[in-house]
Amino acid sequence: MENNKVTNILLSGVGGQGAILASNILAHVFVEAGYDVKKSEVHGMAQRGGDVTTHFRYGKKVYSPLIPYGGVDFLLAFELVEALRYINHCKPEARIVMNDQKILPPAVNLGLAEYPEGIPATFRQYFKENVHVVKGQEIALSLGNAQAANVVLVGAFSNFFPEIARDLWIGALMDLLPKKIHDLNIKAFDKGKETL
Amino acid sequence: MKKVLQGNEAIARGAWEAGVTVAAAYPGTPSSEILAEIAGYKEIAGQWSPNEKVAVEVASGASIAGARALACMKHVGMNVAADPFMTLAYTGIKGGFVIVVADDPNVHSSQNEQDSRNWARFAKVPMLEPGDAAECKDFTKMAFEISEQFDTPVLLKGETRVCHSDSLVELTERQESKVALGLDPKEASKYVMVPANVRVRRKTIETRMKELEAYADVFSRNVMEINDPEVGIIAAGAAYMYAKEAFPNYSFLKLGMVWPLPKKLIAEFFRKVKKVIIVEELDPFLETEIRALGFNVYHGKDVIPNMFELSPEIIAKSLMAEDYKEPETRVDPNDLPRRPPNMCAGCPHRALFYSLKKLGAFVFGDIGCYTLAFAPPLQALHTTICMGASIGQAYGAGKAMGKEGLGKICAVLGDSTFLHGGIGPVMDTVYNKGYSTTIILDNRTTGMTGLQEHAGTGYTLKGEPANMVNYETLVQALGVKNIRKVDPYKVKETMEVIKEEMERDDASVIITTNGPCMLHRREKRGFEYPFYAVDTDMCRGCKVCLELGCPAISWVVSEGETKDGKKRKGVVSINKSQCPGCGLCAQVCKFESIKAGA
Repeated sequence: MENNKVTNILLSGVGGQGAILASNILAHVFVEAGYDVKKSEVHGMAQRGGDVTTHFRYGKKVYSPLIPYGGVDFLLAFELVEALRYINHCKPEARIVMNDQKILPPAVNLGLAEYPEGIPATFRQYFKENVHVVKGQEIALSLGNAQAANVVLVGAFSNFFPEIARDLWIGALMDLLPKKIHDLNIKAFDKGKETL
Repeated sequence: MKKVLQGNEAIARGAWEAGVTVAAAYPGTPSSEILAEIAGYKEIAGQWSPNEKVAVEVASGASIAGARALACMKHVGMNVAADPFMTLAYTGIKGGFVIVVADDPNVHSSQNEQDSRNWARFAKVPMLEPGDAAECKDFTKMAFEISEQFDTPVLLKGETRVCHSDSLVELTERQESKVALGLDPKEASKYVMVPANVRVRRKTIETRMKELEAYADVFSRNVMEINDPEVGIIAAGAAYMYAKEAFPNYSFLKLGMVWPLPKKLIAEFFRKVKKVIIVEELDPFLETEIRALGFNVYHGKDVIPNMFELSPEIIAKSLMAEDYKEPETRVDPNDLPRRPPNMCAGCPHRALFYSLKKLGAFVFGDIGCYTLAFAPPLQALHTTICMGASIGQAYGAGKAMGKEGLGKICAVLGDSTFLHGGIGPVMDTVYNKGYSTTIILDNRTTGMTGLQEHAGTGYTLKGEPANMVNYETLVQALGVKNIRKVDPYKVKETMEVIKEEMERDDASVIITTNGPCMLHRREKRGFEYPFYAVDTDMCRGCKVCLELGCPAISWVVSEGETKDGKKRKGVVSINKSQCPGCGLCAQVCKFESIKAGA
């Protein structure tokens, strides 16, 4: 049904990386832009170091809070193996931003499993120039706080939505973050935006 | 005004708009955020109860006094609350009384997967099932109206993907309840459930169900959408959302009320649509009932899975069979290292379970973060059934084993879990001359569900200072003579104490101290050093510290030698930014190669 096109965004990362804040920013922005939105995440045990995924969907009218398997239009991954975990979820024409960060899963930490190498290359094999690797930590650190890496990534990701004005993104940051970190996060957003 | 709210926030908002003044709950995923949100509404006396049974009793008492009242719980909480609930269905209510019960299909964070719709049929009370946050708010308000109109408790069914999903919700103002506050002794025959009164109320229930069935046919949220006259789907809640996503052109009968069923509406749907499919999560609840009405259901649980959660693609795959095109598999996700939940770096539970493992104890476990001690590398917890079960089970195992079991058996549970369901079984252990040891992991909070207060923390839901249960005097009063305290971070002493108590032919309780949850902001723990580091000159790569499963410790492959010439295949490394300095790893290191940092 073309008249009710729903766009599917999957956010993935590790608990504590700020993926939830990123999804709240998306919700804020797309509601302001006049869309219906739904988002879904699993809580509970996730805060004990597990992986965190958020399904975010927007359109004229959204029913399911879950993205159908294979239906992801945009993937925003905060960690490399957490990007790879969802490679099958992406449409062939999907566009992807991934953070250039490795957080070793327990089995890797214990020397019982290997961390997959060449994850960006694996993605490029299928998604060609639609794959963008962003040095979120490095950029956020250069601004003085590694915590802002999530907003750097959101800045990079915002390039996929040229119809959404920068003001809407900045407005979301101002509404969702405490005042004393507004400047840092606006810089982080803009630096991230410049990477694509 | 429209706002993006989580399903649980929307239920809280709905309760507030409906004029609720009393709300009670025990936390449980995925329902915990309802009361957390209620805490912010000054008009509502919101409280954490010690368990779900008490929560239902508190809310029903408020209802009998004329207030609109809410009780919330996860699906297994209803098992605990079932006793008052089943009889409250007889007494009915005065002020609107709604119980939210949140299911967890796919067991994201639960000990079983049960379909709470069965409670509605079992107790003969109506149940509404919202499918997103907007419906959560609307249905909560409607539930209070139905409750008062039909003099019945009303169930509102949540589930993980509804409670924990966000969508746009239209906010309106609060309307105070029209029911007058007051207790009337003349109403005693309605609330005293002795046989003579029960028989009267028993008949009332049947009359009420007939009236509710008629109401279901005209209930504004039982909606028929006729599109394709060939195929129609009957669904409710999240299952409707998934089915609508997968088959937008089919006709639908969306049920907002899943019990009782709108018989006339269902008959009309079968007249208007040739093939009717029933899409529902878990049990064939609607299907069984609709088939019993004599309708010819085209598809139901013959193709739709009866376990775990549904999704648009599971429904599409089930109904399309070989016509469903599987998306391309680019990487086998089973090849990727998993990221299971783990105890935090520095968690007091890790230290305690390390001691239990070294002692070779059979640990009757319970519900909480410490259940994670089941997983490798600790593997030091051997049962988990339900809230508080550990104590009675350990006692029973001791009864079965006799002297053979001495020194081998203990029960382990958290502070909140102990207060929920552990007091009775400790009393039983003493009374019936059991010898098992109960270890209360007092981390000063309800950890797993997100740090909720309870009667042992000294604070209420709203953050006001309150009485703090003293576990020592409590278990003393239950008759326990052997009460010990341990600092779990002192491994040697902890092991000695646990060993002594497990070997004692008498009931004992061990309470941990200095062990607040690592995520706790208010409570201070006493760690001597800010972090620990590995002396790579000394580390022999024996991997003993890795057996702790601490997320701050990792293995680094590097073949070589220690400074004193011992061969090694690698060394361990401690991530300074993650290490809180609990010092557990330094205690287990046999080569003194983990040292305090400064």
